[in-house]
Amino acid sequence: MDLSYFSYFAVALIATFGFGVLYNVPTRTLFASSISGAIGWIVYFFLSFQLELDLFIGVGVAAFLVAFFSQWYARHFRMPVIVFAIPGIIPLVPGGSAYNMMRAFIEGQSDTALMFATETFLISGAIALGLSVNSGLFQVFSNRAFEKREKRYLP
Amino acid sequence: MHKYPVPDILDVCIEAGQVMLENGAETYRVEDTVYRIAKSYNLIYINVFVVPTALILTVQGEDGLDHTELLRMTDRQTNLEKVSMVNDLSRLLAQRALPPAKVKQKLANIRNTPRNFSEWQSNFAIALACGGFPLLFGGGYYDMLPAFIAGGLGHILYQKVNNLTNVSFFAEMVASFFIGLIAVLLTGLGLGEDVNMIIIGSVMSLVPGMAITNSLRDLMAGHLLSGVAVLAKALLTAGAIGIGIAIVLTFI
Repeated sequence: MDLSYFSYFAVALIATFGFGVLYNVPTRTLFASSISGAIGWIVYFFLSFQLELDLFIGVGVAAFLVAFFSQWYARHFRMPVIVFAIPGIIPLVPGGSAYNMMRAFIEGQSDTALMFATETFLISGAIALGLSVNSGLFQVFSNRAFEKREKRYLP
Repeated sequence: MHKYPVPDILDVCIEAGQVMLENGAETYRVEDTVYRIAKSYNLIYINVFVVPTALILTVQGEDGLDHTELLRMTDRQTNLEKVSMVNDLSRLLAQRALPPAKVKQKLANIRNTPRNFSEWQSNFAIALACGGFPLLFGGGYYDMLPAFIAGGLGHILYQKVNNLTNVSFFAEMVASFFIGLIAVLLTGLGLGEDVNMIIIGSVMSLVPGMAITNSLRDLMAGHLLSGVAVLAKALLTAGAIGIGIAIVLTFI
């Protein structure tokens, strides 16, 4: 299949944008989160399909990158991180695997279904891990003093 | 610093938590924000417990009496702008504790903020997004137009049925059934190549990928109850979509 990176980028951008509108992201940050979602997807595509690394690694690195962008945007726009992170990881979300899993279960192909179930949870876990590791790092290396800090909840 | 009655402060905290929770904030963020607001009014022994369906807050006032308030949550949607606005409000309160009546007014304003986009704009946007997904999942350019049509119509139908019945399982099943039907019809008419790719793209607006990811994040953060609850909801949704699609695919 001969599809250029450009069309992938555009499609991931549109997908993130669409879900951003559905989730009612503030208008002035809509384009910023679309960009981070598209970059995250391109990185995932490059790692997992061009370099043929594991899906887990590709998704994890991409989610980490999206979370990194989101942290930066959050400081720039002075808004909570999830405003950028939730639309940004939409293209990475394992919708296809979840759909295939459910369909295989209902059609009675339990082996295939279990394979897709593992894939779904691995990918979701990789996304969650990427986001968590990133916010953990940002909290450890934040420039506020350790002792002064209030009780915080690590996502 | 001026002292306010503890029940008033509790009302403010609970209402802020409610606005956040019903607009799709994660449980840890709701806990964090409610904790901070209570802290900014100089309350002590603050304990917040949040699960997707309830919010409990217990504090001790300076008179030494304990106060508890419980909120039961029913409907949830995603509106990140309101989450962001409540977050700003809690930052404002951390600098200077405003009178509870004033904060209530601000929260009411946040509640009444209209969405940025009309229903048709957001339906169109979601249809565009669904049209893009077949390409991301390895399909071809030919599958994009049918996914656009099926995804948009499916999402509109999902909203209509969900408003009528209020049972999201049923709404998801009906919507995915119609998505499957439209996808099969369109490929039968020669529009689009791969039925699977069209269906996967179109059901992306219903698929609980987001919920599965969020539940794993909750579990990692130690919020075991909400993680498991969200995961159960996600698996039910996946089941509804699977059943709806399977009904169509067994008849072709």
